[in-house]
Amino acid sequence: MIEILFYIFAAVAVGSAFGVVLQKNPVGSLLFMVATLASLAGIFVLFEAHFLAAIQIIVYAGAIMVLFLFVIMLLNLGHDYRRDIQVGVGMVLAFATTGLIAGILVRQFGGAETSPMLAAFPGPEGMDALLAEQGIIGAIARPLFTDYVIVFELTGILLLVALVGAIAIAKRRV
Amino acid sequence: MLVEALILSAILFVVGMLGVLVRRNAIIIFLCVELMLNAVNLSFVALSRFMGIEGQIYVFFVMTVAAAEAAVGLAIIIAIFRHYETVNVNNFNLLKW
Repeated sequence: MIEILFYIFAAVAVGSAFGVVLQKNPVGSLLFMVATLASLAGIFVLFEAHFLAAIQIIVYAGAIMVLFLFVIMLLNLGHDYRRDIQVGVGMVLAFATTGLIAGILVRQFGGAETSPMLAAFPGPEGMDALLAEQGIIGAIARPLFTDYVIVFELTGILLLVALVGAIAIAKRRV
Repeated sequence: MLVEALILSAILFVVGMLGVLVRRNAIIIFLCVELMLNAVNLSFVALSRFMGIEGQIYVFFVMTVAAAEAAVGLAIIIAIFRHYETVNVNNFNLLKW
């Protein structure tokens, strides 16, 4: 059952990822992107990452994509139906590069599930035990506010800087 | 399911990279960068199922950085649009050689 769901979500994700690249209208691209993000959230659920699936829907598909939509609306690009895919040598090179990288990446993955490297880690059983003991929120929050607390605070500063920077850049007269 | 997830992640990353390379609309290029970030997130989550909860914490940070990046990047796109009246990156060639 989980396998079937995974393949359905994967097919939707890849199909709508191609939709993002090939769609002429920016708004259409954006809606395809939302479909990709939603199916990725489904895959996160299959990997027992329920908190991240919720965050993916709320923050990514909700907030960030709406921000993109606002900018498209603000700049009035919704009627831009011209095909802006650049054809020629650049595109052939792009296909060659991306295909080569895809091939190399996929070649490396054979037998990853039975790799001896994984033996040193808890594995799915250990993760299930952790989740049963602390729940997904507790399991994420505990390291986040102990081992990674400095990184967490720095992320807050990063968001503040991004906020101030975005306002300063987008203002008409600085 | 780990191998399939990693392959899906590679495919999504490559599709995003293809989009960055072939599209000329700055907003779509930006969207494809987000797609690549998400592909990496997927492999983090898939591996966190086998290697401990840290992977999910990294995804948490990647999402925060993506949000900050989206805010600043879209502000830059707005500023560029005010100047050139277009978001086609072929017109922004001042730093190209």
